[in-house]
Amino acid sequence: MTAADWQPRNESWLAKQADGLVAVVKADCPTCILIAPVLQELHAHGLATVVTQDDPAFPESSVDGFAVVLDSDLEISLELDIDTVPTLLKIEAGAIVDTTVGWSRDNWQRFTGAANLGVALPDFRPGCGSLTNDPAFVEQRAIAERIPLLRSRALAIGDEEDEMEALFDRGFTDGLPVVPPTPARVARMLGGTTRDPQEIVAIVPPDLVDCTVEKVAVNAVMAGCKPEYLPIVLAAVEAACTEDFNAHGLLCTTYFSGPLVIVNGPITRSIGMNSGVNALGQGNRANASIGRALQLVIRNVGGGRPGEIDRAALGNPGKYTFCFAEREHDSPWEPLHVSRAGMRANQNAVTLFAAAGVQPIVDQLSREPESLARSFAAGMRTVGHPKQVFAWDCALVITPEHARVFHDAGWSKQRLHDELMALLQIPGAELVRGANGMAEGLPESFATATLPKFRNGGLLIVHAGGEAGMFSALISGWASGAVGSEIVTQEVGT
Amino acid sequence: MSEVLLDPTGERSATTRARALRPASLKGLRVGLLDITKARGNVFLDRIETLLGDQGCTIERFSKPTFTKPAPIDLRHEIAAKCDVVIEALAD
Repeated sequence: MTAADWQPRNESWLAKQADGLVAVVKADCPTCILIAPVLQELHAHGLATVVTQDDPAFPESSVDGFAVVLDSDLEISLELDIDTVPTLLKIEAGAIVDTTVGWSRDNWQRFTGAANLGVALPDFRPGCGSLTNDPAFVEQRAIAERIPLLRSRALAIGDEEDEMEALFDRGFTDGLPVVPPTPARVARMLGGTTRDPQEIVAIVPPDLVDCTVEKVAVNAVMAGCKPEYLPIVLAAVEAACTEDFNAHGLLCTTYFSGPLVIVNGPITRSIGMNSGVNALGQGNRANASIGRALQLVIRNVGGGRPGEIDRAALGNPGKYTFCFAEREHDSPWEPLHVSRAGMRANQNAVTLFAAAGVQPIVDQLSREPESLARSFAAGMRTVGHPKQVFAWDCALVITPEHARVFHDAGWSKQRLHDELMALLQIPGAELVRGANGMAEGLPESFATATLPKFRNGGLLIVHAGGEAGMFSALISGWASGAVGSEIVTQEVGT
Repeated sequence: MSEVLLDPTGERSATTRARALRPASLKGLRVGLLDITKARGNVFLDRIETLLGDQGCTIERFSKPTFTKPAPIDLRHEIAAKCDVVIEALAD
């Protein structure tokens, strides 16, 4: 049975049964095969019906024997609440009055009033699991039950239409093909969360649309997510749509930025996110599809489309998707969600950052933390423009080979942060308009001041990347803090 | 049978509202100038204020807290209450 075939059964099978015994079996059960001859014996003691879950030819019914009913969709087994086969039930007036499971000669004789049952058989054999407990059936059933609860408008795709092209034609994609969001796929996706499909997750800009869990699921399907990614996508949507993160402004800006999702916690390992080799690159389904799902929600639910309200002069390739996990298992430092939000390491969280792009920092010679910190600071000064300060945030992604330099010298994450902030105190004379022959810069009145490159709270430090390579990366941000976007950390729910 | 897919959009139906009537003249009207606080937007609006003042307009100046976010609702109400027309200045 597939989810699409399933129809709820309205009438009770049990209510129509005559008083007597019913046995539920399956052919794929050694105990059921063992006790098949006993079922023949029980006909004389009131066994009226044998319900078989998998094979209409099992058990063989002798002449004038009981009726064998095939329960191919397992609706009868579900109604009878069968957990184990064989199960013997006593029916009176359309109700179950007693049951026994597995094979036990004593129990079956007491249950049926018959003597000398199955004398050739062992005294006892445990039963097998009912097919209703088969994980594939349980999932299909859950999907089938969820489909009628879906509220999204149904879009009929014509017989002559290619569904992939139809989704492009309707403007639902980011330029790459999307997975067609069939009701069954969306219903399966909703199995990834405990939340009600109609619960409002966020009000999505720019159109300020109430976005349900179901709408997030539709877009998560299209992005290529698995159901187990959905809680992360939901948290990312919630975080992005806060007043602090300001997804509206981030979308509308002429600047490069789009949302970066950094994921922390055990869920990153359980769903197989990449925090190692090529962590910021392609090739990992969870990384790729979670970031993409967030962008599809903003596009499709919020109505934020490039060239319309998205006015980016250039944009950046991360606007397709930009999501990675922190490399926590061998990090010398506490994870981002712990240092930023005071969460516990075993909690799951997303941190949203308005990311403009990735810039390498190469330093293959520094073995002292002071030297490497200077290299980082020199690179970080270029964020936005070397003569602009206090305007942009920065996320520094440090790879294991660079992190080891700080770890070996006993530098905490806070120490590195503070040293970088100190190195990025810049004399105003270098920043004013005209300095170094560049018109860009600050008004002349700042010439005698000393100014920090970044605001307090505007510098993130994250550990990620492969084991080899003395490279780190700075991810430049967007208009920082209350002016533009605040970095937001949000717990991932269930 | 044709395939059914689920609509990924917010399924909004846009509300259509009539535009305010265009005034025949700005003379004597209360004109709001909204600075979105982008750099040098004030330069543009200062010039507009001078030109409209010469035409007999009463000028009210407003500014958004930040150019990256929509104007707060209180500010929008204030402008609507105080002005007959509003000019919003973008600059970059």
